[in-house]
Amino acid sequence: MYKYDNYDQAMVDARVAEFRDQINRRIAGEMTEDQFKPLRLMNGLYLQLHAYMLRVAIPYGTLDSRQMRMLAHIARKYDRDYGHFTTRQNIQYNWIKLEDCADILEELATVEMHAIQTSGNCIRNISSDQYAGAAADEVTDPRPWAELLRQWSTFHPEFSYLPRKFKIAVIASYEDRAAMRLHDIGLELVRKDGELGARVFVGGGMGRTPMIAPEINPFVKADDLLSYLEACLRVYNRYGRRDNMYKARIKILIHEIGADEYRRQVAEEFTHVKTLGIDPPLAELERISAFFAPPAYDAANVEPDRNDPDFALWLDQNVKPHKQAGYAIVNISLKPIGGIPGDATSAQIDVMADLAEKYSFDELRVTHAQNIVLPHVAKRDLYAVWQALRDAELADANLDLISDIIACPGLDYCSLANARSIPVAQKIATRFADMDRQRDLGELKLKISGCINACGHHHAGHIGILGVDKKGVENYQLTFGGSGAEDVSIGKIIGPGFDEDGVVDAVEKATEVYKALRKGDERFVDTYRRVGLEPFKEAIYG
Amino acid sequence: MKLLTGNDLVSGAVTWWTGNGWSIHVEDAADVGEHGEAILHAEEGARRVNAPYIIDALPTENGPRPAHIKDRIRALGPTVRTDLTLKPADPTAGDWII
Repeated sequence: MYKYDNYDQAMVDARVAEFRDQINRRIAGEMTEDQFKPLRLMNGLYLQLHAYMLRVAIPYGTLDSRQMRMLAHIARKYDRDYGHFTTRQNIQYNWIKLEDCADILEELATVEMHAIQTSGNCIRNISSDQYAGAAADEVTDPRPWAELLRQWSTFHPEFSYLPRKFKIAVIASYEDRAAMRLHDIGLELVRKDGELGARVFVGGGMGRTPMIAPEINPFVKADDLLSYLEACLRVYNRYGRRDNMYKARIKILIHEIGADEYRRQVAEEFTHVKTLGIDPPLAELERISAFFAPPAYDAANVEPDRNDPDFALWLDQNVKPHKQAGYAIVNISLKPIGGIPGDATSAQIDVMADLAEKYSFDELRVTHAQNIVLPHVAKRDLYAVWQALRDAELADANLDLISDIIACPGLDYCSLANARSIPVAQKIATRFADMDRQRDLGELKLKISGCINACGHHHAGHIGILGVDKKGVENYQLTFGGSGAEDVSIGKIIGPGFDEDGVVDAVEKATEVYKALRKGDERFVDTYRRVGLEPFKEAIYG
Repeated sequence: MKLLTGNDLVSGAVTWWTGNGWSIHVEDAADVGEHGEAILHAEEGARRVNAPYIIDALPTENGPRPAHIKDRIRALGPTVRTDLTLKPADPTAGDWII
């Protein structure tokens, strides 16, 4: 885990003090909302349907037990005893009072947390692979690079007023667990002839115009990476469409000028930027990397006893291989059947913090799929971890199954939403509650957004659901064939939309078609790609 | 009928213009008729409400019912957490939204 130095802490503390003053001036009537709004957004404070919402950054989804307990404390003291983990590996509180906000940020700062880069047209919180440092297939730990990007991007004076928000993901495995190519910039760390570098993808994203990022450079040496990214941002900052917010993302710029022309301009800019000495010296890289050194693994490679069938089921579904013999990666599902995807009570957050401290070298991760990971659990401890999770109602064995649904807050909370997402997720999960049925369907990533902004990643769902407003009535469009993984693709709308119950029925019919047509180990998305849309349309629309 | 609604500056709570002040209960909301814009500007200027706007509503025997589901959810609370609505003891309160 990275630890703040004096500069980091001073920056965060100063920001809290500055925002406290701004809040006081707003409450005193010395600022209008138009004046205050951009300031509060720079501090992660939104105004949603029912109250202010505070989005707290969890850089690259990594945190320790002390920070996790602070999140529980904030929920308990200032909110309504729960938090909502988001698709950008952050946490949101839905019932914040403006007068409490500075105190909350001050408490967060005591554990090296903040709400910077969670809103506004800046480089947002860097996201990464939740299995970083634990995955057997990674070429290096991506977290030091994610941290370097965090330090580079935080308060970057040139990139604080970009044409639009800007999202970066960094991974280091072929298997993409971070929807890397659906980011404004996606970095895949790779080795070429033994040298570390990155494949650089630019111009991906979801929202109203979903695009898969094209590869702009197949290999940027690690020594050049920050300079190259600076060049990528500079070209965007110069030519991004500030005249139209719907065309202001970098994906539109690259689509309009073409990847080749963008690549050429970046290369030209890079030759200039490289002379500025932006890339960190080796000593700084080593300083950061030292914070992410592997923990002191000492467990023997003992396989857990599988006599308890519920535990065995959880092992098979939620526990993944670790690169270190004797250890495993534990996925904690925040998707109980009929529950609210991504929500956790303060008591549950405390339980997860306790388990991290006791069993996972004090580390937790938040996933973009709105679950939590204990990255380094000794196999000998898995049963104890499972028992504690079960007692806290956190042991649902549904990772990557149809009930492991990504859903945005939707119209129940969000002022931008057109339709509710959560009730649809609850009804689908309930319809497929039977674990044998879910497991028979296998990996099926279902994602729901309550509006075209696509915070629920519906474009990347094997099955995606988009809520729209049809003359004041909620309506749901279905998309099939999306993926945010290494087989990245954008889902296609299958036909006319449905009401809430209708879309649940349509999903069920789609699964029946899949079961009838699948071959071998095909997943739902594989079968869809092989047979096409027609059999599904015929079953759903008759 | 027309209602004026916004969020309380300090608490962020949803509020409704009652004719002489603000209430968190939509049942208290007054028909602002053609005067909505004027009240909106006066109240926004007085910093008593945040992001106010005017909505359509239908009068019912139980008070005004906002025309759009979004404002009905604002008026009561999230449909998925009845315990967090303004009527946590009434499990059927959400029926009013849909």
